[in-house]
Amino acid sequence: MSIGHTLLGLLESGPRHGYDLKRAFDEKFGHDRPLHYGQVYATMSRLLKNGLVEVDGVESDGGPERKRYAITDAGITDVSAWLEQPEKPEPYLQSTLYTKVVLALLTGRSAADLLDNQRSEHLRLMRTLTDRKRKGDLADQLICDHALFHLEADLRWLEMTAARLDQLAEVVAP
Amino acid sequence: MTPDGSLLVAQDLHKTYGSTPALDGASFSVHPGEVVAVMGPSGSGKSTLLHCLAGIVTPDAGTITYAGREISSMSDAQRSALRRSDFGFVFQFGQLVPELTCLENTALPLRLNGVRRKAAERTAREWLERLEVDDIAAQRPGEVSGGQGQRVAVARALVASPKVVFADEPTGALDSLNGERVMELLTESARSANTAVVLVTHEARVAAYSDRDIVVRDGRARDLEYVV
Ligand SMILES: Nc1ncnc2c1ncn2[C@@H]1O[C@H](COP(=O)(O)OP(=O)(O)OP(=O)(O)O)[C@@H](O)[C@H]1O
Ligand SMILES: [Mg+2]
Repeated sequence: MSIGHTLLGLLESGPRHGYDLKRAFDEKFGHDRPLHYGQVYATMSRLLKNGLVEVDGVESDGGPERKRYAITDAGITDVSAWLEQPEKPEPYLQSTLYTKVVLALLTGRSAADLLDNQRSEHLRLMRTLTDRKRKGDLADQLICDHALFHLEADLRWLEMTAARLDQLAEVVAP
Repeated sequence: MTPDGSLLVAQDLHKTYGSTPALDGASFSVHPGEVVAVMGPSGSGKSTLLHCLAGIVTPDAGTITYAGREISSMSDAQRSALRRSDFGFVFQFGQLVPELTCLENTALPLRLNGVRRKAAERTAREWLERLEVDDIAAQRPGEVSGGQGQRVAVARALVASPKVVFADEPTGALDSLNGERVMELLTESARSANTAVVLVTHEARVAAYSDRDIVVRDGRARDLEYVV
């Protein structure tokens, strides 16, 4: 995810301090990975350099200086462009799992056991996410659902591959 | 040896239809209040396993013990009585009685257990409320949506406080959102009533509502919980 674009987008509702931005980000998007302060300040200085934000005021009230950032017109255009640009679908061809399956077949190890273990591991994570979804708010539900649908797709692939192991063995290890 | 404290245990079940082996050495166990998902490819024997566990189908070989009693050695009458008093059922397509209202359908298991109409319908209404479908209590199954009908079926399965609910693809005919809501309500209600659930599904997202899962392949179920 582009942290820069997300922080820019958060600034569209009004100027904020770096600390404020971090808090807003963590609350809305940082469920698993809250931002480090360093990331926020590094990102903001880049945005500043590129003219996508400007300093709207500096406060110190005795302590260290705190900059307040505001989004520029160029920044707003940049957010629009980011939102309009579809994400590149990632088909994960040649994934680690595929490699492991083929390697197991090539070396005479049990690919079926490998797939079974992976299946249990996937389902275990799906259970944890389902539990979290059940206890969470709508934002949690949507985030967990996204992960769950992806894991489900992986699981289907595991099932399909398990059902075709004999065929695959003939192709890769004749 | 059977797993400690299990409510329902099946050992080495075999069942053949004509020349088709549907079960070929399946073992299974469920604890009180536990939700176990039964997964596996189409035709692997999931439904056959469920029907054997519920005493609907008699296996050719193997034993099934429920609360310490051997199911296969019971008479048909004893088995039906057990199904009425201790088991609840949900299938893919509601299987509600079309002539009865949703309320009457939900009250049916209680009525069959000899509960008077008024008391039965009072309890049934509470269950319809829990499943968020009390507004369709007076409608007949033909007049409600698939999702609503399936919630009524879940209410009916739980109304008589069964010890085990057998659910075969309970969300198979529903979209994701409705399916998940039905799973949430089913597992929540079952857990709070300490009812065990045997849940047959091929959908991982549905199975993720379980505490544990087993996979049936070619009529063989590997129950990792099972200690031989
Ligand atoms: N009543 C029956 N008469 C004859 N054959 C049957 C009967 N019930 C099941 N079978 C056969 O037994 C095997 C296992 O069927 P079963 O219905 O248990 O599979 P399943 O895992 O539930 O499949 P699905 O996911 O498609 O529902 C299949 O080959 C099926 O054709
Ligand atoms: Mg079936």
